[in-house]
Order: sequence, then structure tokens, then C-alpha cells
Amino acid sequence: MSRLPITKTPKVYVGGAFIRSESARTFPLKDAAGNFFANIPQCTRKDLRNAVEAAAKAGPGWAKRTAYNRGQILYRLGEMIEARAGELADAIRLGGASEAAAAKEVAATVDRLVYYAGWCDKYEQVLGNVNPVASAHFNFTVTEPMGVVGVIAPDEAPLLALVSLIAPAITSGNTVVALASSTQPYPAILLGEMLATSDLPGGVVNVLTGFRKEIVPTFATHTHLRAVSGVANAEERKALKLGAAESVKRTHLLKAEDKTDWLAASAQSLYAIRDTLEFKTTWHPIGA
Amino acid sequence: MPTLTEKKTTRSGRPAPELIFGDLWEYDPAPETADPKLKARYDLFINGAFVAPKSGKYFDSINPANEQKLAEIALANKDDVDAAYAAAQRAFDTTWGKMPGRERAKYLYRIARLLQDRAREFAVAETLDGGKPIKESRDFDVPMAAAHFFYHAGWADKLEYVAPGHKVAPLGVVGQVIPWNFPLLMLAWKIAPALAMGNCVVLKPAETTSVTCLKLAEILQDAGLPPGVVNFVTGFGETGAAVTGHPTPAKIAFTGSTEVGKIIMRSLAGTDKKMTMELGGKAANIVFDDAPLDQAVEGIVNGIFFNQGHVCCAGSRLLVHEPVADKVLAKLKNRLKVLRVGDPMDKNTDLGAINSREQLKRITELVASGVKEGAELYQPPCKLPTKGFYFRPTLFSGVSMSHRIAREEIFGPVLSILTFRTVEEAVEKANNTAYGLSAGVWTDKGSRILKMSTELKAGVVWANTYNKFDPTSPFGGYKESGFGREGGRQGLLDYCQLT
Repeated sequence: MSRLPITKTPKVYVGGAFIRSESARTFPLKDAAGNFFANIPQCTRKDLRNAVEAAAKAGPGWAKRTAYNRGQILYRLGEMIEARAGELADAIRLGGASEAAAAKEVAATVDRLVYYAGWCDKYEQVLGNVNPVASAHFNFTVTEPMGVVGVIAPDEAPLLALVSLIAPAITSGNTVVALASSTQPYPAILLGEMLATSDLPGGVVNVLTGFRKEIVPTFATHTHLRAVSGVANAEERKALKLGAAESVKRTHLLKAEDKTDWLAASAQSLYAIRDTLEFKTTWHPIGA
Repeated sequence: MPTLTEKKTTRSGRPAPELIFGDLWEYDPAPETADPKLKARYDLFINGAFVAPKSGKYFDSINPANEQKLAEIALANKDDVDAAYAAAQRAFDTTWGKMPGRERAKYLYRIARLLQDRAREFAVAETLDGGKPIKESRDFDVPMAAAHFFYHAGWADKLEYVAPGHKVAPLGVVGQVIPWNFPLLMLAWKIAPALAMGNCVVLKPAETTSVTCLKLAEILQDAGLPPGVVNFVTGFGETGAAVTGHPTPAKIAFTGSTEVGKIIMRSLAGTDKKMTMELGGKAANIVFDDAPLDQAVEGIVNGIFFNQGHVCCAGSRLLVHEPVADKVLAKLKNRLKVLRVGDPMDKNTDLGAINSREQLKRITELVASGVKEGAELYQPPCKLPTKGFYFRPTLFSGVSMSHRIAREEIFGPVLSILTFRTVEEAVEKANNTAYGLSAGVWTDKGSRILKMSTELKAGVVWANTYNKFDPTSPFGGYKESGFGREGGRQGLLDYCQLT
């Protein structure tokens, strides 16, 4: 008699721990052929709030890491993914992607992390500067992370899009609460396991699974999220912007209908890092 | 924390006697007399020409220093705003949007030079219209406005350096709404970067301060700026809503209160318009015990009484290190005794008129709340003019974080004084606000300045100085003080799209 393999219980990665939804709800995930694959946590607004709390707690420590250190940790996340590329590709194939397409998405994800890892100790040199004010002051502009950033991933490109949205935010020291693809959540579950082994402090990236309709409204209204970036349809964009107005939250939303090509070079940019930065200008008199 | 302050005594061991010269002599009046060259009536500026409003209606702009009518201002309605946007779009499509940057630059240089030529005239007009002391409009507002045009002019042909790695393109037409505290300067902050980047503009000034905006229209004509590149529509909130709610602009840039900023954000939620928001503030000005206290007191006074405190980045919360709190308060009271409050046109005036009756009411109401909530009020016994809107420079000591005067933006000459014991407490109190526009730090210790400037959640940090501005220096807030920057390379990027 052949051995029956054990299956993994999918859990989301929040505050450095693997948890089920506080609601104890799950939803069944089927593979491309329509067979039952696993039960995925159906996270709630309360899970989002808990995740924001974890992200807020992790924020100051992560922001104070040296840029060199953050760069190495992002690079290590790439190492973790490369090592488990096959497993991730299989997870992507659950959604019906071809073997080649899935492998390509994993490879692009690793490359994207390497790209942002390299920016950690460079973006400041490109985006900040000294300003030649017309008075006897030394005046310089530096960047700072905004704080906790909400990330709303699209349904497609379940690994690459998610990482492409998370990476620029954490490059500068933000912490992230992300909502994974609703239709293809399993790659995000695996990503959590790699985040956990990448030296990234717990709470820096928190990934939730669940339904957009249930969670997106809380991304809009939660005042501790200082920015929301992601992909949203027209109705969601309006709701997110309306909610953002209440606390002057920054929104950077791609249109779901534009079908972003996440493999393209244009899907990675210094200016995606800039989107979750604040600029701070300091003045000091020059004198004896 | 060690105290670096030493007790200053005279050779005899007694404290030095205090000398306050303020009341010893009567000052002779020193009125500025330059002609502001005002027209009795100002029309809208659309498509390069002054045009009557479609409604045929005008409203009065008064001089807040004496409540006398200064000029009549056209009241723009929706149709006028339509016409302004149509002109702007046409200008973008036919002239400005196609013009090489080096040519756009020359127009901006011209505007800067023509404004410098007429600087005194503009300063007088600004003071008459808004109530700010002539020494401020003359030495700050107008020269700084000219500097903004001059600075941004030079960018117009160097845009490939704005966003390394990307080409940039203008957004198209932008709608801009500005406040009444620095009418001409805010206009320059808005228009100069927009034009340098190749955008065309529809701008609405505040209803109490439209005069210098419309005077600048004369300069735009003299500069030969192509019609429609800049359009001014004047009026009240309804006109502003027509400007921000119009379908044409690709971007709305707003400076004003957080309350109105949120209304605009909500109204644009269903659109793809870009926005920049420069909103309110409740800045902490933090004085440590090792600070040069006399300089700090000057900085505190400048921080809160500059422009009657009508400054979004005003240092309206003074956080004083406990060991020097009494000393700083005593020095501040003495300094307040010699501040001259009164006729804004007098060259010796330190505090001019409050911008409007409405604003005076708001300040009065908030000050009453401070008294009611138990903070200790101090106002110097200066005489105020009988006509016009004036408010005495005001200190509140014994303020706690929960008081309204410690939380709400007063936008007037009112300083709330709190104390702290440790660096951590100072940071905690300073950041404990929904705002995050600016902050001040006074200390002799370099490492502490850098720590504070890192920890303070504010877009501008003034260390051992306060209320300094420059076209090269990005300005703008964290949190509910808004987003986007004005000035510098960072400000320009908010007026373009990456291609």
C-alpha cells in the first residue's frame, strides 16, 4: 500500500507567526482541474486591524535598520524564493498557469527582489539632496518611510504582483499589510513561509488571504495605514479614496482594468519606492 | 539630561537689571507711502484678458486694517470657470504645451523681473488687501514670490534632471486654489512650478485677498505670456468648488485648511485626478535647556507672530524643557511687551491686522476656550486701533495636550506653552497630533538636533531657526498636513507625469 502524503494547512503570516483567521473561517481552494486543494483562511476586518497593529509595532525597528542591512534582507528573501522556486511554481500552476509561465513568474519575482534590494542604500542618494538656499543656512532634504502601508494585490500574477507591490514599500523601511490574490491565494501562503526565513523581522510584512469585498473597505478607513498601494477596480478605487480623505491617506492605485504587465521592466521603479516616502527638509544656520 | 546653562550674573553677583525700551519713547508714525496702483474694480483674468463675470456680480474686498472698501472683485460662476478651463486647455494644446522649455523659461524669467520692478507697489497692495505688516510684504512675500518664478524658470529647459531614469511630461491643465495668508507668494508657489513643467493653470485666490493675484495678471500681460496659459477666477467657496470639481484639470493643487482639503479629496474620489494638498499644522517648537535662549525667544516670537500667526507652519505649540521654562516664559513676556501691534502700513509694525472678521472671531473663540479649559493667559497691554481687525499677541502657559488650544490650528497670534523633561517626552508630545507640517528645535547639541530632526514627524524641521523659506527648499507635510511638496526638485515632480 502506498504511503498517504500529509497535506499542509495553509496559514497566513502575521506578526511573524502563522495564524488562522480570528473568525476561524476558511474557504476551499480548488486546483486548475477543479479538485479540492486546501482550505484557505478567510481573513476579516479584525484580522486586518490585528495585522496593522503588528506592522505598526515592527515599524520603528525596521525603519532604523541600516540601509545596507535592509538590502541584505531583501536579497535573502530572493535567496529563499530561488531555493523553493519549484514549489512556488507549482502553487502558481494551481491557478492554471503553464509550467513555463509559472517558472517565469517565480524567476521574475526573485529578480524583482534583487532589484529592490539594490535600491535600499541608493534611492536616498537619488531622491534626496542639499538645497542651495539664498541665506546662511545648511538645508537638506531626506526621505523617510511613511509608516504602515496597505497593499492590495490583484488576482492575477499572484506571486509577482504581490511581491512587486510589497518590495518597494519595505525597501525604505515601511511595514506592510497585504491582501493576497483572492482567486489564487496559495502562492502568498508560501511566500509567508519564505518571509519567515529571510531574516525579515516579524511584522514587517503581513499577508492576509480572503475576499476583497470584505477587507478592502477597511483598507480604506483604517487611519493607521498611512498609504495604500495596489490594484483596484473603479468601485474599489472610489471607496479607497473616499476613506483615504478622512485621514489624508496617500493612495497609489493601479486600475484593475489596465491589466498591468508585471513581467515588464516598467513594473519596477525607483518611483514606486518614492510613492511610500515622505520628504523631510531640515534647516540649520551656518555660523560660528 | 545634563543642564548646560550657567547662571548669568553681573560682577557684583546681582542679576542684571532688565531694560525694556519699548515704552520709553513714543514712536513717530512711519507709514509706507508708495502707490499700490489699485483699480476700483477687478475683472476675471481669462484667456489673457480681463473679462467681466458672466453673472455681472462683484463683491467688495476690504482693507482689514480699517474695514474700508479697497476694490470690487468679480464673482466667477460655473460658466466663467468653464471658460477659464477652455482657455487653459486651448493654450496647452496650441502654444504652451508645445513650446520648447528654454522659451517657457524666458517667460518665467520675465515675470520674475517684472515683479521685482514693481515690488514696492505689490507690497503695499498686499498689505492693504490682507493686513500683514508692510515690512513682511516688502521684505518677504514679494521678493520671495519673485524668487520662486526665477528659480523655476531655470528648470523649464532642464526637466530631464527632475526624475533620473525617466522622461517627464506635463500633466496638462491644473486647477489651483490658494489661501489668504500669503496671497501672492502662494500664487507663485503654485504657478511657477506648474508653468515650468509645461502645464496651464486655472487658479482661484482667496475671496479676501484677490488683489495682488489680479495685479499679477497685469504682469503676465506685460510679459507677453500666451493667452490662456494662466487664468484667474475670483470668488468664494462655490467658485473654488467649481475649480476643483471641473472635469478638465488633470490635477488639483490646494493649499488651505485640512477640513477643506478633506472635502476636496472626497469630491475627487471617483476621478483619476492627481492631487497635492498643503493643509493645516500645529507645529511644536521645542526649546532645550542648553539652547541660546535669547535667540530661541526671537525664534519663538518669529515662529508664532510672523504674519499674525496666519501661517500653516507656525510654531504654535512651544515645548520648553522644564529647567528653563520659567526663564523662557519671563523672557517671552518681556519680548511681547515691545511688539508693536497696529497699522500694517507702518514700517515699525510687528503685528498687523487679522485678515478678516471671520478669522478674528475664530481666534477669539479658541482663546476663550483656552481660558475656560484652565490655561493661563498673558497678553501685553498694547493699544489696538479702534477700527479694523486686531488681536493682541497671546501666550498661554500651563497648557496640557488635551486642551483645544494645543490640538486645533488657531491660525492667529496665539502661542500655547507646554513643558517636557526628556527628549523622549518632547518627541512624544511633538508628534502627538494629526498634523505633521513643521517643527522647530533649539539646542546647542548637534547630535540632539539630528536625533530630533529624525524623530519628528514633520515635513520641515527648523533647527535653531524658524519660519525660513526658499524656492529651492521643498515644503509640505506629513499625515493630515497634506501630501506632495512645493519647491525644489521634489516639488516639480508633483507637476509632471513620468513617461
